[in-house]
Amino acid sequence: MRKQLMKGNEAIVRSAILAGCRAFYGYPITPASEITEAAAEFLPRVGGVFLQAESEVAAINMLYGASSAGVRAMTASSGPGISLMQEGISYMAGAELPCVIADITRGGPGLGNIAAEQSDYHQVVKGGGNGSYHTLVLAPSSAQEMADLTALAFELADRYRNPVVVLADGFVGQMMEPVEFPQRATAPQTPAWAVTGTAESRGNLITSLHMGSDELEAHIQHLESKYRRAEREEARAEDWRTGDAEIVLVGYGIVGRILKAVTAEARAEGIPVGLLRPITLYPFPTRNFQRLVPRARVFLVVEMSNGQLVEDVRLALNGARPVEFFGRMGGNVPSHGEVLALVRRLARQYGVVMEREEERMAHV
Amino acid sequence: MSSEFISEYEVIHAKPKAFYETYARKDELQHQTHYCPGCGHGTIHKMLAQAMDEFGIKDRTILISPVGCSVFAYYYFDVGNVQAAHGRASAVATAVKRSRPESIVISYQGDGDLAAIGSAEILHAANRGEPIAVIFVNNAIYSMTGGQFAPTTLIGQKSTTTPGGRSAIHEGYPLHVSELLATLEAPMYIERVGLGDNRQIAQASRAIRRAVENQVRGLGFSFIEVLSPCPTIWRLSPVESQRWVREVMEKTYPLAVFRDRTKDAQPRPMPQEPPALDTIPQIIGVANGDVPEDSAIRHEPVTDVDLHVRVAGFGGQGVLLLGEVLAEAGLDAGLEVSWLPSYGPEMRSGTSNCHVRLSREPIDSPLVTAPNVLVAMNEPSLKKFDKSVQARGWVIYNGDAFPPECVREDVHVLALPFTQIADALGDARAANMVMLGALLEIADALPQTSVDAALRRLVKNPRFFELDERALARGRELYRESVREVCHAG
Amino acid sequence: MNAEKRDRGLLRVDGNECKGCGLCVEACPPKVIAMSERLNHYGYRTATYVGAGCTGCGICFMVCPEPGAITVLRAMAQRSAAGSGVTMGTEGAMPCASN
Ligand code: SF4
Ligand code: SF4
Ligand code: SF4
Ligand SMILES: [Mg+2]
Repeated sequence: MRKQLMKGNEAIVRSAILAGCRAFYGYPITPASEITEAAAEFLPRVGGVFLQAESEVAAINMLYGASSAGVRAMTASSGPGISLMQEGISYMAGAELPCVIADITRGGPGLGNIAAEQSDYHQVVKGGGNGSYHTLVLAPSSAQEMADLTALAFELADRYRNPVVVLADGFVGQMMEPVEFPQRATAPQTPAWAVTGTAESRGNLITSLHMGSDELEAHIQHLESKYRRAEREEARAEDWRTGDAEIVLVGYGIVGRILKAVTAEARAEGIPVGLLRPITLYPFPTRNFQRLVPRARVFLVVEMSNGQLVEDVRLALNGARPVEFFGRMGGNVPSHGEVLALVRRLARQYGVVMEREEERMAHV
Repeated sequence: MSSEFISEYEVIHAKPKAFYETYARKDELQHQTHYCPGCGHGTIHKMLAQAMDEFGIKDRTILISPVGCSVFAYYYFDVGNVQAAHGRASAVATAVKRSRPESIVISYQGDGDLAAIGSAEILHAANRGEPIAVIFVNNAIYSMTGGQFAPTTLIGQKSTTTPGGRSAIHEGYPLHVSELLATLEAPMYIERVGLGDNRQIAQASRAIRRAVENQVRGLGFSFIEVLSPCPTIWRLSPVESQRWVREVMEKTYPLAVFRDRTKDAQPRPMPQEPPALDTIPQIIGVANGDVPEDSAIRHEPVTDVDLHVRVAGFGGQGVLLLGEVLAEAGLDAGLEVSWLPSYGPEMRSGTSNCHVRLSREPIDSPLVTAPNVLVAMNEPSLKKFDKSVQARGWVIYNGDAFPPECVREDVHVLALPFTQIADALGDARAANMVMLGALLEIADALPQTSVDAALRRLVKNPRFFELDERALARGRELYRESVREVCHAG
Repeated sequence: MNAEKRDRGLLRVDGNECKGCGLCVEACPPKVIAMSERLNHYGYRTATYVGAGCTGCGICFMVCPEPGAITVLRAMAQRSAAGSGVTMGTEGAMPCASN
């Protein structure tokens, strides 16, 4: 099949529609606006609802309504808008409402700038809203993954009755790459718990309110059991040349792509480097990290932030190996050169055994 | 009571069927509400439930409960229930109604909820004319949280956060929500009623019924504000509270119909049937049939290629399109490609640039920090990126005088006045395509048929298509000529 | 029972649901509701029908904040008179504006 050259942001909307999304409530913000614009163009044509809300607060609460009514719903925003949505995300997690939220991260804090950063990690992965909850978080690094992980996001959202965030940076949103779509649109069943204005659904109630302390505790424990299941079943990462890696590069989204190029270059120099790219940020692919401990001497986490993912990497390794960090911010991108220089330094510092020429040739 | 007795009388007013028989969601006292004695909420609930009974809509109704004393409205109404965040009920109701247009959606909100934290949501729901019914219970105070000031608190009225009474200087004036919404075009019906005496109560009941009826008829946004007693926070007896509604509150909030456009209103059109599922890939432009087949299969396989291209210039010089045609052509030729527009700090001051990769192998990084071809459409762009060009790479520069400080021993340069050349072809804006033509000739990686196919996809206007084709050909020719010259010179 | 003497309406108060707010007492046009001397299970004095004079107007029902506290009944039409079970004015869900 012929692939189409398409922006990641446009791929998200097409994929969402094929996955049965029929409601999009949004509010424009750079660099996520193409998603909202594409939704405005296509959702009405497929019998869906598009509405530009008066604020991100309203948009996420509209998602709450659409999802309560049993419709697959999504929104898209970026840093400051996601901050405003945290209220609704907490309510949806509490009320066990599925939805998909695309966060095309820009620079912060505050107004920051519109350049690509990865500084929404904390507010998205750790949950910026109140209460004991998690969102599931998927981190695409290509236009194709924007499509594929959006489809997965809808599936997971329904399976876990929980908000799922597709966390991408401005680059992944803005860049065009060939994308391939499934040729079948799915028509999800209306969930039995939804409130749809019918006799069968009349007894249903959507709420995040649990007045009794035991009742609320039991509810949170129920949510926790879902998160434990997700941790067992849904964690994903891309391992690339990690089998014999003594230096493991770690990065998600666009940084994962840069690190792949660095890995190739470092290998060409004989440094046994591998790439571990988390695809799910929650649940965190802890086991993928632990598997590499016996061979790895050091992990290098590269981010377009002040170091947010690195905290989860440290937790996952639990002190078993040193974790180094390199971050660029403000829209600056870690360059191959910078990272490669760092990799060379780490190779010396940690006494990494260089590959012999014949080993190297075997990989080529 | 004897059976004889019952047979002579029949029940005419009893607990409406839209209420649950017993309030099983309440953990104790499941036969009565949680409201204080004399609270207006229970009365309003009853009016609403009666209207639901009357129109037979219990199965179709979805009630949105707010945050406030009526947060537990879902304890009582035997309908579909959704409990919303503080102030957001009208946003939630908006989406519920749009998702389920056949349902009857009622947003039930208090004055803290609707008039303060939810003021944006109600204003915009009203302004969009959402075909829902909003019941706005105004008791001039935050009740559930213990009696704090609300936007609706009367001048002089004491609250725990206006201990000296509301002052206009400090807190402004009571917010007249009904009047405010009545300035909007879209609302269908707006009325303020009270629970101050029997007559008011009778009117309140009619108004609520009206709001429900409007929705049953498929009309637009209906809003009923109810001045409602809160004996507990007001520290008045239920009977005194009624009097306070009638004698004090009503002076600030006159009872009236502020909007009634129901008479000649036509039902809003129902959404059309959604298209068949199998047509959806086509509607969103991803069906196989819509996507042109690879024309690559018609060509000889292209030579090995690993292009890292950076295109830079000013906005309006066609920088992004140049890159896009290149990427599309690469895709058409069966290569792996990526295109990344300039983004972030680089975008300042009207400059524009993009990164393009074409390769046989999967593209690792789409960011081109060390290009093997730099297309610089002006001098600032050249000076910005010339140092980054890989050794043995190419610089295609728009300008005949290549700045001496940019000369490097280890890179090839093709410097020509592309803008003038394009102008001679008929349009200076085609300079980007002349430069692309030169690039294609240099890279010698893509069949012209793939370039044609890409151009056809991206340039729909036949006049520009024809111009761009000539520009591309001219660019190829210019490179070939330059090589001949070099050979001669050599 | 003699039709001429029979009251047009009849009030029933559920003593478990009534919260004793007294609004019905205030609202009843012929003043045929009073507060009980005895406290109910929850410590409220409850509304009680004085036993005669109810017109079946339904006002007490409408003002009462408790959904199930009050039931109002109305005398059925004389079977002998109309020869049918047709009842009087059941459409009067709204309290008549009698005050
Ligand atoms: S505090 Fe006021 S509004 Fe709340 S239940 Fe009591 S009387 Fe009603
Ligand atoms: S129905 Fe009318 S007359 Fe009878 S008790 Fe109630 S308010 Fe009084
Ligand atoms: S109005 Fe209702 S709750 Fe109040 S006293 Fe009368 S019956 Fe009881
Ligand atoms: Mg209030």
